[in-house]
Amino acid sequence: MIVVENLYFTYAPQGDYVLKNINLEIGEGELIAIMGDNGAGKTTLVKHFNGLLKPTLGRVYVDDVDTRDVPISELSRKVGMIFQYPEKMFFSERVWDEVAFALRNFGYDEASINRLVQKILNIFWLWKYRDSSPFILSGGEQRRLAIASVLVWNPKYVVMDEPTAGQDAVQREILLQIINMMVSQGKTVILVTHDVEFVAEIRPRVILMSNGEVVYDGEATRLFRNPGILESAGLTQPILFKLESRLRDQGLIEGGFNTIDEAAKKIISLLGDERL
Amino acid sequence: MSIISVNSLSFRYSYSDRYILKDISFSIGEKEFVLLAGASGCGKTTLARALVGLIPQFYEGEYSGEVRILGMNPATTPISKITAQVGFLFQNPENQIFMTTVERDIAFSLEFRGFSREEMKERVAWAMEIMGISHLALKRIEELSGGEKQKVALAGILALKPKILILDEPTAYLSPMSARELMGMLKRLNRELGITILLIDHRLDLAVEAAQRILVMKEGKLYIDLPIKEAFRQNLSKEYGVNVPTLIKILDVIRRQGFSLDPPPLTIEEFINLIKKGRTI
Repeated sequence: MIVVENLYFTYAPQGDYVLKNINLEIGEGELIAIMGDNGAGKTTLVKHFNGLLKPTLGRVYVDDVDTRDVPISELSRKVGMIFQYPEKMFFSERVWDEVAFALRNFGYDEASINRLVQKILNIFWLWKYRDSSPFILSGGEQRRLAIASVLVWNPKYVVMDEPTAGQDAVQREILLQIINMMVSQGKTVILVTHDVEFVAEIRPRVILMSNGEVVYDGEATRLFRNPGILESAGLTQPILFKLESRLRDQGLIEGGFNTIDEAAKKIISLLGDERL
Repeated sequence: MSIISVNSLSFRYSYSDRYILKDISFSIGEKEFVLLAGASGCGKTTLARALVGLIPQFYEGEYSGEVRILGMNPATTPISKITAQVGFLFQNPENQIFMTTVERDIAFSLEFRGFSREEMKERVAWAMEIMGISHLALKRIEELSGGEKQKVALAGILALKPKILILDEPTAYLSPMSARELMGMLKRLNRELGITILLIDHRLDLAVEAAQRILVMKEGKLYIDLPIKEAFRQNLSKEYGVNVPTLIKILDVIRRQGFSLDPPPLTIEEFINLIKKGRTI
């Protein structure tokens, strides 16, 4: 469990707080989206989970360990972090070495490294690129490589910063599968994102941030039916929920829908028998 | 009168033996707003590079076919001469911003083109006003949000008063509000200033409200060249890996059940009107 208690953070000693009085409990196996506008403090918050940043005031505990008391290297084994621009993270000449790097750092023996790297490259459809340079991969493949090189050491918590940015429909589908896979393995998955359409598809618990504060913490669906809170935090309502409220305003439907399929069904029931 | 024309363009980078562009032909007329879509790796960015001459002048490789942009041949015209009239905006504004303050950054593109101080001042002020960022003039770049940076980058391009804008996924890293705002801005530049726009994007939810025509590429080939609405009569997501708008996803499910709603709606209002019409028939 990750516990955040009265967390305040400022980059400069006399500066404004960029995180203000954050209190959270993130349980094992949870799927969470931390949402908010650029500059809301999302990335600053998650950097506290693996000790990259330490609280100015308050405490952050990962599995009962105060993040101030342990080095980043130790926390990183538990909390894997996948950053936004994968191409800026790579430094190896071969895909294989990129994935093996952390394992070597953590002192795994060569046999285990070979086994784990081979396994993860296969899971992520990257085996054929094992000897290629990470820089010749497409954007989507680079994103997969970035995820693979973190999952290879099997961290319990996985944080992904803007995983859908710049991704096409195919990559988004793959990403959905990867997230489902991680959740089914019991990992805690924390997505940092402002992609409301993606979040509307996966329905995680949403922690909404605005100006360094948590302004909502709860079910995605309930949040998406509340355009007021969303807009005050710089986000927009997902189209599905906008359509729902417009149809209701017009007196065309009662109740609502939660998925694309349900929306289609409801709309079909409104149409006459226009079947071709 | 077309101001961009591409004729049987094929290209492969010299480091690879795979052709990224395969026999592409199309043309774009003055004041059009065209969306270029397709899955990652389909060749969109490569095509854009070929339009401004980065291919084959900067990125070398096997090049055949013919491209004309504003009457210039980008294979042989100095790139600076092309970019004086064709603005090119990348995905990530960080890659495009050079100077310390907003005003200076916007002036940067003018400085080495020999404009007088007066003219520079005037153009910078004009570009900031159009983009609604005059209040940011003296701000330092690192104080800006992602959306603001993208506006500054776009203002820097506008200051050159381009006839054509080519934008490569300009909203990829922006928040939904900033993305919506930027798209509204592009629509205005097109409708009010008559700037021809080629927008590369595979997220279509916002772009479809601004663009009039869509080109869809797959594996280096151009498969679709249609007015937006007509293009959505088929399932673009499955075939071409394009992120279609949620409304179109709903429409696809309805169509699979054998119902027809036509023409495909691009906005919620259009959708609701279609439903109402469907009920009265």
